[in-house]
Amino acid sequence: MPDQPAAWVYTVARNAGVDRLRRESAAQRRLSTQARVLEAGTTERLDSASTADAPVAIAEYGQVGDEQLRLMLLCCHPALGREAQVALTLRLAGGLTTAEIAQAYVVPEATIAQRLVRAKRKIRAANIPLTIPADLSERAEVLTAVLGAIFNEGYLAHSAAAGTLTRADLADQAILLTATAADALPDEPELAGLLALELFHRSRDAARVDRDGALVRLQDQDRTLWDRSMIARGYAVLAHALSRRALGPWQVQALIAAEHTRERTDWERVVRYHDVLITMGPSTVAQLSRAIAVAEVDGPESALTDVDRITGLERYHLFHAARADLLERSGRAEEAALAWDRAAGLTANPAEAAYVALRRASAATAARRDLGPIPRPRDF
Amino acid sequence: MKYLLILASDPSLPSPEPGDAGFEAYMAAWSEYTQALTAAGAHHSGEALQPAETATTVRHDAGATTVMDGPFAELKEHLGGYYLIDVDTLDDAIEWARRVPIGTGSVEVRPVFPTDEF
Repeated sequence: MPDQPAAWVYTVARNAGVDRLRRESAAQRRLSTQARVLEAGTTERLDSASTADAPVAIAEYGQVGDEQLRLMLLCCHPALGREAQVALTLRLAGGLTTAEIAQAYVVPEATIAQRLVRAKRKIRAANIPLTIPADLSERAEVLTAVLGAIFNEGYLAHSAAAGTLTRADLADQAILLTATAADALPDEPELAGLLALELFHRSRDAARVDRDGALVRLQDQDRTLWDRSMIARGYAVLAHALSRRALGPWQVQALIAAEHTRERTDWERVVRYHDVLITMGPSTVAQLSRAIAVAEVDGPESALTDVDRITGLERYHLFHAARADLLERSGRAEEAALAWDRAAGLTANPAEAAYVALRRASAATAARRDLGPIPRPRDF
Repeated sequence: MKYLLILASDPSLPSPEPGDAGFEAYMAAWSEYTQALTAAGAHHSGEALQPAETATTVRHDAGATTVMDGPFAELKEHLGGYYLIDVDTLDDAIEWARRVPIGTGSVEVRPVFPTDEF
């Protein structure tokens, strides 16, 4: 393993595809011009506002030497909204065009253009400084969340129009940016935690959908299709992060994802990791995820009790899918069919929708024939 | 550059009244904050406001006006006071907003339109 695991990943991932390379070089070209576009817009106003003072729009490099990282940190100013942070990061640090971002998020190009214009307007009007703060921790935290959101969007498209389950381009973009940031900021191990998480998820890409584009559950996946070298890289990056002894929610999520790459998942350990995760920040999604692990340890009835205690996820399709699955495994097929109904109404991704429809139909059949429980999903 | 720090908090939360044990410490925190602003050359003005129950709103509708009891927005947090500060960037303004001894509440940071542009 080289000294800078993330840089190694960056190189390997960069060689992953011809298309990738094409975009990379384009990104390099755009990078410097975009930085100037953003700064020019700001300096202009500063100049007209006070000609006496020289504009301070030129960022200070400080401990951060990498241009791409510098741009990422600027785009992740906490005073900007999450959508603006994401759009700016992809545009300026990722080098994607407005059209490419719009395509990835399945929204009209004008929507992304508008977000960028509004963000730049706020940067100007509120005089958000284009400098890197001395204390990077808050900015790094925002950056980690932004990169995590970009990866999630790519890994599992929310939109029905996206068509396929994975939009590899966006996920790869997130991995590249996360690797760059994690390398440059070793004192922020949450970035490396996120990178490991991304690698573990991405390693299963080829196995997550079958030839017809249908979703394949984790336990049914052909493990020979998993990218073993990517998993190995995930472990190396995670080990590196954990050695900094500053545990955070992204590292814990990576630990959970790592557990799922093993031959046999230690579910008790998965439950314990979730306990740690929940103490770090109360999250109903983490509670749901914990309950799913509890089902493997204490059985579906016990998990169902936990799930029914969760409030606030009524609009989340996986909440109903998990409930439906647990009900089915508890032999309550009729209630399960109703829960699958609810999940179906909230599922936008076509691959997920097809899966939910399939499960709904089989639960309905089971309810009619009063058949026993049938297998369950785990990896949505 | 001027920024308005708009202070808002939930009036149902207890705050020390004159005569309460913590009242002097509470007032001292505010006075220290104002002094720190002044010492940094960032203080422009600032006032504490009477409770929102004392507010009257004059609603304008294309020339027609209506006088109503209460603040203009019914929010959980009520406007309680403001500071107008003069600092270089939003980051400086955010730093001052972080230091407001509001206890539990919100401080909105709003850039003031630069008058020298008109």
